[in-house]
Amino acid sequence: MAKARVKAPKTAAAGEMVTIKTLVNHPMESGQRKDKEGNLIPRKIINAFTATFGGEHVVAAAFEAAISTNPYFQFSFTVPATGDLVMKWTDDDGSMIEQTKTITVA
Amino acid sequence: MSFTRRNALALGSAAIAVTLLPLRAFAASEKSMEAITAFADGATVAEGGIELTTPEIAENGNTVPVEFSAPGAKRVMLLADGNPSPGVATFNFGALADPSGSTRIRLAGTQNVIAIAEMADGSYTQVAKAVKVTIGGCGG
Amino acid sequence: MKKFTKTLTCVIAASAFATVAVADEDAKLIINDELKIETNVAASADSPLDELFSGWVFRSNETQLMQMDDFDNPSFIFVEQAEEQFAKVDGTEGKACATCHEDVASFKGLRTVLPRHNASTGKLDTMATLINDCRTDRMGAEPWKFSKGKMTSMKALISLQSRGMPMNVAVDGGAAEAFEKGKELYYTRVGQLDMSCANCHEDNYGNMIRADHLSQGQTNGFPTYRLKNAKLNSIQGRFKGCMKNIRATPYKEGSDEFTALELYVASRGNGLQVESPSVRN
Repeated sequence: MAKARVKAPKTAAAGEMVTIKTLVNHPMESGQRKDKEGNLIPRKIINAFTATFGGEHVVAAAFEAAISTNPYFQFSFTVPATGDLVMKWTDDDGSMIEQTKTITVA
Repeated sequence: MSFTRRNALALGSAAIAVTLLPLRAFAASEKSMEAITAFADGATVAEGGIELTTPEIAENGNTVPVEFSAPGAKRVMLLADGNPSPGVATFNFGALADPSGSTRIRLAGTQNVIAIAEMADGSYTQVAKAVKVTIGGCGG
Repeated sequence: MKKFTKTLTCVIAASAFATVAVADEDAKLIINDELKIETNVAASADSPLDELFSGWVFRSNETQLMQMDDFDNPSFIFVEQAEEQFAKVDGTEGKACATCHEDVASFKGLRTVLPRHNASTGKLDTMATLINDCRTDRMGAEPWKFSKGKMTSMKALISLQSRGMPMNVAVDGGAAEAFEKGKELYYTRVGQLDMSCANCHEDNYGNMIRADHLSQGQTNGFPTYRLKNAKLNSIQGRFKGCMKNIRATPYKEGSDEFTALELYVASRGNGLQVESPSVRN
């Protein structure tokens, strides 16, 4: 599956709120479109996204077909201490993309 | 910088036109109501408390930026009231998270975008924004 | 400036749709908080335009924002794919682009001078033909289709190396003939709607055509990620789309006509900074 593009700061102060930008290359086939013969093209989307930091749940999202192609999601959270921001995207077919960004608190 | 006079005129007259266009009163569709009732587990849903940012006119219905912020919320659901299927996304926030987010969605036509939040105290609230979605000109 | 005399009553309506929320004249384009792009520059004395506006100016606030951060700009998904492709061995000669070109940064400046006259072939080189020439002649690889993903992604990567530099295509010497041909095409009405490029992009930029805010039709931002089809679009791909919109039979991508037109349109934007890969509607 495709890769994710993630913008995350490399460092943060303890207790600082940081904003993370995520973008994944995915057609997000809605299941509403028809092919040239008039048959419905089956739905195939990224239906879930989770982010944890230092093992703790930050945000979990369920996406529907109304999310645009190349799904973009920006979120914010408070960084308590140095840790790994682990992000996972799940496709309808069960495959996953994972990406980790380490944020260091000096 | 300035456009030519004719551009300024077009901009000016259009501005007046927009305020006169009737905005649909916030009355969600049946499918949306089902989704809201399910989300709120049948509880009463108040109005307000969520900052929902959508464009007044979507440049293209295929990719419409939407931003929300619901201070004190645990969960937020976004619905596109006029889409064939109103569900857009549902967000579940942990303690570290700021209950806010930004994404890009598909809108099939002019409609209300609805945000419903479950607050920390178990209460529910919602906000709707009207978004005009147009068929492009020669851009196709 | 040319006066537009024939009214396009069926096409351009004095639209009631708001344009106030759409174009912010004072908006400034600064990419990644560091690269400032002048989206309004003076036109040269012999230009048919009074001043040059980047297409960015005509887009809604939300669309403009998407181009201001490389992590908001979906083009970069494809730039990253092209970076991988650049390093990948492809073709019978066992070479990757990187084998000869080492660093893609070596292409800095190239985007600003294309299309350009090739003295040996007597024709114009475009980025697509340069890429395909390398692939077929030096890599023993299959040429890429002009508007398919691999080509537009690679064009985005190479064009990016010139981002911020002003467009500067030559229209004299060997390029003069193509320049004149392109100019003629630009001003010739075609299609069932009997329209020329100039009818919209010179006579009516800034006006609404239905719900679209007409730009000057500049090419400094191509390849561009269009919200409409959620992918990168090339200049000649857009020419094709425009011709279809006015119900004319489009020229083929890579044809002499489109290449001459690409040179002419690029010259109309000489002075505007390269914004590739940009975000448009």
